Amino acid sequence: MAVVFALPVGALLMRSASDPVWGLQNFRSLWEEPVYASLIRNTVQISLATTIGCILLAYPFAHVMATQPRLTRLLTLVVLIPFWSSILVRSFAWMVLLQNNGIINESLLWLGVIGQPLELIFNRTGVLIGMVHVLLPFVVFPLYGSIRAMDPALMPAAACLGAGPVRAFLRVQLPLTLPGLATGAVLVFVMALGFFITPALLGGRRDAVIARMIQLQVSQLGDWGMAATLSLVLLVATLLLLGASQLLVRSPARRVAE
Amino acid sequence: MTAARLWRWAAWVLTAVIAVYLVAPMAIVVIISFSDSALLTFPPPGLSLRWYRSLADTPAWRDAILVSLEIMVITAAIATALGTAAAIGLASWRGPLAVAVRSLLMAPLVVPHIISGAAIFLLFDSWGWVGSMHALVFGHTALALPYVVATVGAALETYDRRLDQAALTLGASPRVAFLRITLPLISPGILAGLLFAAMLSFDELIVSLFLSTPQLRTVTVLMWSNVFGDINPEISAIATVILLVSMTLLALQWVLSRRRGPSVMPGLGR
Repeated sequence: MAVVFALPVGALLMRSASDPVWGLQNFRSLWEEPVYASLIRNTVQISLATTIGCILLAYPFAHVMATQPRLTRLLTLVVLIPFWSSILVRSFAWMVLLQNNGIINESLLWLGVIGQPLELIFNRTGVLIGMVHVLLPFVVFPLYGSIRAMDPALMPAAACLGAGPVRAFLRVQLPLTLPGLATGAVLVFVMALGFFITPALLGGRRDAVIARMIQLQVSQLGDWGMAATLSLVLLVATLLLLGASQLLVRSPARRVAE
Repeated sequence: MTAARLWRWAAWVLTAVIAVYLVAPMAIVVIISFSDSALLTFPPPGLSLRWYRSLADTPAWRDAILVSLEIMVITAAIATALGTAAAIGLASWRGPLAVAVRSLLMAPLVVPHIISGAAIFLLFDSWGWVGSMHALVFGHTALALPYVVATVGAALETYDRRLDQAALTLGASPRVAFLRITLPLISPGILAGLLFAAMLSFDELIVSLFLSTPQLRTVTVLMWSNVFGDINPEISAIATVILLVSMTLLALQWVLSRRRGPSVMPGLGR
């Protein structure tokens, strides 16, 4: 394992400082060349938007899944089917649905909602639709766990004490389920940062993300130094965020225990 | 109370819409794969198996499917054996070295696959392994190991170690105690790991992309190289075949977990 994984990752990252010659030139171009700044900005923007989309869709879904025992199995299956399907297949499916003469545009045209096809693919819209689809289960599952762990008498109690549904949700349910929500959200954000397949298939040619650029540098440009530098940035961001989320999730529990 | 009812109603409608959003794309791709037209229109004008026939008649697709299945079986076997051994070893091993080994084993779960892929390519390229079966198997095994270590590790956590001692006290040799007591009790975890490893290997694209050559490529790599051209129902047919394998594995996992409640393994780094 050490040979097959850790060594090559180390060797790859080394190249950020050694390829083509030893020095910090790769980091300098990362800092100075606008193409890399926009690359990182695109990736962060897409990841943030994906995370927000996942949270907004996952909450009502996980809520119904957790509070309607009759639907739990069905809804679990509805999440597990895409969860176990290949990301390539799912992104391809969205290519089929979102293209100019795809089902979505055709139906909207037929309904007369729009006069001409919407640009749904090869841009941000397409990437977000696809990425939220792929990453949604990662928020649904921890959130479902959090909502299930809540005392079911709490919300009726809040209502009894005069809280409206919005207030009861914001003051009781949301704080109690925040750890699950945060776990899922950080997971989604971190995974979105390293996403390759969905942005490559559904994204715009000029709207590149870090992972796509790494692949391009390696397989077409042969620029291992820059690929390694981008990998290092991506890996450090991933590890820092995951580490921080671990501390964050543990700290409330620790506070209660003390 | 009417406000509360309105909220509940909204949540229901939204849930139904999200359920459609999650499942419909795959359903539509499956339906289009049975189209008799060369266009990706939905609903298809008529039904036929022509795209499956065209898959079967194209040696490249046939080879790629067989390569993927072969890699899946070998990877699942190796990853399950190594992962189970590692999990059993780690369960009774304490100290900083054990933590280091565990982190190393779990690392592929956290490291984005694009980085793993580039790194593994770098190594295998220097060994002249790129484009070989064993390169793909080892690459997939590295990615699949953490899943097996996690599922078997979880099974071991609920396993009562005193059962081993009881068996030994009653005269069983350590080998017999392991085979007759430990192994059957942790077998659900091992099976779950096996299925995850198989699923991961069959669906894997990124590492395979680095390690494949036109002479030896997995079905996902071949699909990838076709997706950028003129997409047609033939690709829907291959997508359906890939889905069929994934869904078979999911069904096995579902049947397996019926008795234990659904187990969910998040996979990072895709």
